[in-house]
Amino acid sequence: MTVVGERPNPVGFGRMLRKEDVRFVRGKGQYVDDIQLPGMLHGAILRSPHAHARLVSVDTSAAEAHPGVRAVITGKTLEGLKLAWMPSLSHDVVAVLATDKVRFQGQEVAFVVADDHYTARDALELIQVEYEPLPPVIDARRALDPGAPVIRDDIAGKQDNHIFDWEAGDRARTDAVFAGAEVVVSQEMLYPRVHPAPMETCGAVAHLDKVSGKLTIWSTTQAPHAHRTLYALVAGLPEHKIRVVSPDIGGGFGNKVGIYPGYVLAIVGSIVTGRPVKWVEDRSENLMSTSFARDYHMRGEIAATREGKILALRVDVLADHGAFNNTAQPSKFPAGFFHIFTGSYDLQAAHCQVRGVYTNKAPGGVAYACSFRVTEAVYLIERMVDCLAAELHIDPAELRLRNLLRPEQFPYTCATGWEYDSGDYPRALRLAMEIAGYAELRREQAERRQRGELMGIGVSFFTETVGAGPKKHMDILGLGMADGCELRVHPTGKAVVRLSVQTQGQGHETTFAQIISEVTGIPPEDVEVVHGDTDNTPFGLGTYGSRSTPVSGAAAAVAAQRVRDKARIITSAMLECAPEDLEWEKGRWFVRGDPTRGKTIQEAAFAAHGSLELPEGVEGHLDASCVYDPPNLTYPFGAYICVVDVDRGTGKVTVRRFIAVDDCGPRINPMIVEGQVHGGLADGVGMALMEAMAFDEDGNHLGSSFMDYLLPTSMECPSWETGETVTPSPHHPLGCKGVGESATVGSPPAVVNAVLDAIGVRHADMPLTPAQVWRAMNGRPYRTDLAIP
Amino acid sequence: MVQVHMTVNGEPVTADVEPRLLLVHFVRQTLGLTGTHWGCDTSNCGTCVLWLDGVPVKSCTVLTVMADGHAVRTVEDLERGGRLDPVQQGFMEEHGLQCGFCTPGMMLTARWLLDRNPDPTEAEIREAISGQICRCTGYENIVRAIRWAAAHPHAVEVPS
Ligand code: FES
Ligand code: FES
Repeated sequence: MTVVGERPNPVGFGRMLRKEDVRFVRGKGQYVDDIQLPGMLHGAILRSPHAHARLVSVDTSAAEAHPGVRAVITGKTLEGLKLAWMPSLSHDVVAVLATDKVRFQGQEVAFVVADDHYTARDALELIQVEYEPLPPVIDARRALDPGAPVIRDDIAGKQDNHIFDWEAGDRARTDAVFAGAEVVVSQEMLYPRVHPAPMETCGAVAHLDKVSGKLTIWSTTQAPHAHRTLYALVAGLPEHKIRVVSPDIGGGFGNKVGIYPGYVLAIVGSIVTGRPVKWVEDRSENLMSTSFARDYHMRGEIAATREGKILALRVDVLADHGAFNNTAQPSKFPAGFFHIFTGSYDLQAAHCQVRGVYTNKAPGGVAYACSFRVTEAVYLIERMVDCLAAELHIDPAELRLRNLLRPEQFPYTCATGWEYDSGDYPRALRLAMEIAGYAELRREQAERRQRGELMGIGVSFFTETVGAGPKKHMDILGLGMADGCELRVHPTGKAVVRLSVQTQGQGHETTFAQIISEVTGIPPEDVEVVHGDTDNTPFGLGTYGSRSTPVSGAAAAVAAQRVRDKARIITSAMLECAPEDLEWEKGRWFVRGDPTRGKTIQEAAFAAHGSLELPEGVEGHLDASCVYDPPNLTYPFGAYICVVDVDRGTGKVTVRRFIAVDDCGPRINPMIVEGQVHGGLADGVGMALMEAMAFDEDGNHLGSSFMDYLLPTSMECPSWETGETVTPSPHHPLGCKGVGESATVGSPPAVVNAVLDAIGVRHADMPLTPAQVWRAMNGRPYRTDLAIP
Repeated sequence: MVQVHMTVNGEPVTADVEPRLLLVHFVRQTLGLTGTHWGCDTSNCGTCVLWLDGVPVKSCTVLTVMADGHAVRTVEDLERGGRLDPVQQGFMEEHGLQCGFCTPGMMLTARWLLDRNPDPTEAEIREAISGQICRCTGYENIVRAIRWAAAHPHAVEVPS
């Protein structure tokens, strides 16, 4: 029998059980809501039932008089502290508590602090709020209509709901290619508003120590350092007196990147009461008020020859950003990395324009494992390619093979300026087709069609752009997107590595130990990984956009290389030879030509802390640090094939098979990589078939609980079939590209293409629920962002 | 306040509680057993699953007073005498967890299933966990983890 933990771990890369699991399987993880501090109070937020209303009055007297209530905080209280508004992540402001108006259903209006959670909730019922309802802007396509209600009248002079116009690519050149093209296909499509909905909702515990003046915030954050700096900027607190701790996090998926009013309110609650304050949102609060994703209304046009050579792409996007522009993305990119919409194909020209608008919905926009809107880009191009395939009567896999970038074209600069690092795309697609038995599936489909059965096969190919990013192009609120790492080897050769990034389930405590192990030869079980605590880790921008391995992983590798280099000098002093005479084998330097004369890294570590005389200018101890500024992004890619069956009578879709071939460069821990892919595939099935956040005409959120916002269960997910190719990134020290979001990005178009292939319809918007599929089959697909007509 | 008596993980417990106190909050806050989680308001997610008299229940939908006189078992009781339950081992072996938030509930359902059906098929496993959501794993490795536990029914010592 296999005994857990008995097998030797790989020294470096390879399948290895996760170090963090020993606590999780015992129920000993420590999530924010598990934190109990002496004297801790509990907060709860009163939220607006209206999507758009003027706030006439807020009467908190009855709530304040309620036994057990310690404080009631309103927008007025915060105005006094100059905290009613906070900066957004996109050059806008966000209301912490409403002062003038409420602008979406679920917006924060008041905060109660009480002895326990139940009492706090009771007191919410006692707050009397008078609202004067205003007409809301719900349909993004009407947001810029003349006479539309102006949502952001808090911005001086604001007369409309326009946020930004942005474009990429060469419009004139693209128009010229289109003008001469033999075939042009256009399609409107919506990538609907969806929600990351991690199983753990967002929350925080704030504790201001009045004596030391130190504020500690335990919170559900994917970016503890960025949060600390923002708290310092927002609240005017000195940064060294703020400690942000991100303990175990129950899933993030982008939901836990931003700072939510609840976190700030917990801090204010602690300042006001002098006691620790915990605030944890409930599920409806999570779905209604925290970062959603997507909400892109897109119109794509694709130009091609009659033989199926794709020439150009033109895209027009209307982006619904909700009531505040609070998307979390590099500052220079208001549409994120959407302009990688040329995808995996060699195009002559491309152009996109994106217009952002305000609506009376929750703010957010970049979340849910999207790699800064690569998700929308991949969906667009992969749907357009299928529309073109249908127009030309060419098999969609064949059409892709004709147009995919060829390996010899890398590094490849696409029509909108991205430099793809490396890839062998046709190999990945052929492998996926081989695993799927593509030709056989098409034969089966034809047979079933004869019998009147609806079977569909969907193909997608994606190129991701992750690892944001080079500091010269990328920052968030002026903070460059580089990440630090510190590695210290103790005298006995055990080590501790401190990271700026933070795991929400990705397994950093294991993979980063393996990275250090790969480079230094120190066994991974001897490497302690410290993360998620700003007092104990170097600065960096955190974990999202699949950036941990490409950026922080590179920082760790470089720090480990520096330790290895230093061990060489120490070994040379120990052996009284020149460092250049030493050769490295994993874990040990030895004299070239005499492998018996050498020292392990552990021996070098002890010597480094001992009395050994080191060469002039070399300090003792064995440690190193690195701040890694990536020279470019990395470009993981993959080929996905989905097979579905559709019930003609009900429109119900069953995902029968899903084949995913991913290339993320060398796999540090193949088990973990595969797990990341599985999770993303389930996301794709959820978004394509189930997850709906529509709004009725009054702005009521129609997906505000798990009764209505449906997530995939074990019954909707097939048994995933995975494959891999390995194309290292030439500029990452380990060749690794990152994988966390690949499957979330790549899978939705495969599912949608399969369903539409089954029912023979050119397009219908996600989620392809039974109702939508049935309506699409009957020629009447509906808009999934509004109440079903 | 109402007085309740129950056993929790085999230990007798007596407490005075508000009649409206949910069992999930009693277990987590009053008893400090935070391995049982909470994830929704509508009995949909299953992160709160524990055993009541040997049957998995969603403890967010049970009042503490309803557990009066009954036996509660939580994830903290899966490991016994320094030995992990094969289900716990299976989740580690097959990477059946990522963030770990759904994991206690999933493991308790798995243990219940295996007690009744020591050699479940993939379909039986999928059905057993169908009332619980995992946002991280896509379920495949949870199924494999439970299959692993079925194939290795005897707990073994785990070096910590
Ligand atoms: S907390 Fe979600 S089902 Fe109990
Ligand atoms: S492991 Fe994260 S929800 Fe299941």
